[in-house]
Amino acid sequence: MRHTRLTRRSTLAAAATLAMPSIARAQAAPIKLGLIHPVTGALAGAGGRCRLGGQLAIADINAAGGIKSMGGAKIEALLGDAQGRPEIATQLVDQMAEAGAAGFTGCFASNLGLAATQAAAKYGIPFAIDSGIADAITTRGLKNTFRFFPNNTTATTDAMAALDAINKKAGSPAKTAVIVHEDSEFGTNSVKLQAAKLPLIGIEVKALLPHATPTRDFTNIVLRIKAEKPDIVLISNYENEYVLLARTLVQQRVELMSTYSISGGGFNLKFAKEAPQVAENMIDFNHWHNPKDPRATAFRKRVEDSGQFYSWELPFGYFAVKLLADAWERAGSADKEKAIAALNASTFSDHFMPYGPTKFTDGQNSGAHPVALQIQQGDMHVIWPDSFADVAAVFPRPKA
Amino acid sequence: MAEIYAAALINGLLIGGVYALVALGLTLIYGVLHIVNFAHGSLLMVAMFAAWLMAEKAGVHPYAALPVVALAMFALGWLLYRYVIGRVSRGEDRAILLATLGVAVVLDNVFLTLFGGDTRQIESDLTFAVIEAGPLLLSVPKVIAFAVSLLLAGALWAFMALTDTGRAIRAVAKEPEGARLMGIRPERIFALAYGIGIGCLGAAGCLLLPSFFVSPHVGNVFVLVAFTIVVLGGMGSFPGAVVGGLLIGVTESLGGLWLGESLGPIGISLVFIAVLLFRPTGLFGAAR
Repeated sequence: MRHTRLTRRSTLAAAATLAMPSIARAQAAPIKLGLIHPVTGALAGAGGRCRLGGQLAIADINAAGGIKSMGGAKIEALLGDAQGRPEIATQLVDQMAEAGAAGFTGCFASNLGLAATQAAAKYGIPFAIDSGIADAITTRGLKNTFRFFPNNTTATTDAMAALDAINKKAGSPAKTAVIVHEDSEFGTNSVKLQAAKLPLIGIEVKALLPHATPTRDFTNIVLRIKAEKPDIVLISNYENEYVLLARTLVQQRVELMSTYSISGGGFNLKFAKEAPQVAENMIDFNHWHNPKDPRATAFRKRVEDSGQFYSWELPFGYFAVKLLADAWERAGSADKEKAIAALNASTFSDHFMPYGPTKFTDGQNSGAHPVALQIQQGDMHVIWPDSFADVAAVFPRPKA
Repeated sequence: MAEIYAAALINGLLIGGVYALVALGLTLIYGVLHIVNFAHGSLLMVAMFAAWLMAEKAGVHPYAALPVVALAMFALGWLLYRYVIGRVSRGEDRAILLATLGVAVVLDNVFLTLFGGDTRQIESDLTFAVIEAGPLLLSVPKVIAFAVSLLLAGALWAFMALTDTGRAIRAVAKEPEGARLMGIRPERIFALAYGIGIGCLGAAGCLLLPSFFVSPHVGNVFVLVAFTIVVLGGMGSFPGAVVGGLLIGVTESLGGLWLGESLGPIGISLVFIAVLLFRPTGLFGAAR
């Protein structure tokens, strides 16, 4: 009997021991979220900031009690370095899916996002794009892919509308432009759209000046610009060439009403700080937070206080994660089909981007728009649209 | 239009001076010692970051930092050869090539980890200083880089031609066994010459920074053109590096003007092929 009693006790104890952790596991089973970004290689800086934004969101969500409808389930990050190579992004998706990822965010660059979303679609796992502007990311009919942020068509259309509005507000002084662009797919495609649309807003394109990447010296190009005497210069190139061109324009004393870039490669707060004379009053059409929202100011301060350089990639990484978390919260589950249904029905508005509540059409948030930015007094300011502008545009800029 | 051509010509000469600066160290390492130094671009990047850090953190202008950075880069080059490249390669050319490639990969990734992939720059009063030559505005930092590259080329030529160490370097490069029999220790000479070549990059980094930018990938922008200049000018020839640099600078500048900045760089390849067709040893290379 004793033996039986002991056996029963042992069995109960063992059952309790086994059961308790499994109950505990069920209550707090973490939701695995794959964060795929290029954190080494040429895109490491911006890719790393997207990842950091995502990590901050995960920390915030977990600190606030996790996904409450799932018993406070915490989010666990699976970090992947895509190294700027689409095939590695695809491999990471496979590995993370194997490890139980319930969702993905990424991938900073469009080519990585195109590859990774397609790979995730095989598993039907929801993918929230952070940065990656190519229209094709959400136009290929992938049911798992959602972009909270603007696509290329919106960015280019809005950019011309913004330039038109800024020019008209100043009495339409800008009538001519020269476009400087890098000669690969990015610059060439952008310039085609710009050259077609500028005449429609009353600006004549006097010259298109392509250049290779890398270009080590911009003096010749700037001399050509000087000879054309345009009112504005439109710039479509990458970071290194952007800063060299901007500096040479000042050095060669080119009188312009302004420069105007769309997603200008080098237009950021570091540029404003390191090259204050060059950067002052340059205009870029790009992503940014809503400067009138105090949560945005607090978020920027939090990033800068931690010694990091603040850029739009941080809120992008942050809200890609928040968007997914919101879907899990409403679905009450990390089941991929339920999460995708919740994303499709999303009206996510707990953010400080200049977008309003989300409304997804084929995975693209139709309310997402970039803004016109200008560096004034060494800081970044929104100058268009008026509803989000925190300062008035300096246009035309004062003559030197 | 004539003004634009004149400006392009002068600007080509100035940018050629900058190219020559980068090529000077390489002509010693690649041209004299025949080390295919894949780490050249990465070490230029290290020098530029050193100059940038001194400017950003300590407020020292890159021109003032030049002696310190050049000496530090000499020491780094010497140590690298003595304890990494020389030991790994054991004198085998193929192994040296791989060792320098390894050094480049390590340096690029260490700096990427430390500084991220962003572009950095400095701005000082000199950044926008120009010399007005009629309608032309000549960038002062480029004029300074041009002048220093000529001086440095002269100094290196004199060092190699007139000093015992210079003769020892040439002797080791030409006939290592013979040099050893004459009491020269080739390993020490190789490390010294490699250090001097990298020291030149220290100077180049400080002279480039005021008119350029720095990022962990900046070396790639210059390294291919530097190899072209060394072969074009004649392996191991310092005057050749300067003339080759100027020729490449002018070709690139005028090519950009005539053919557009996209197609312009093919001018460099055309000049390179033409020179090697008619002078296979390069412009100033000794006949074999």
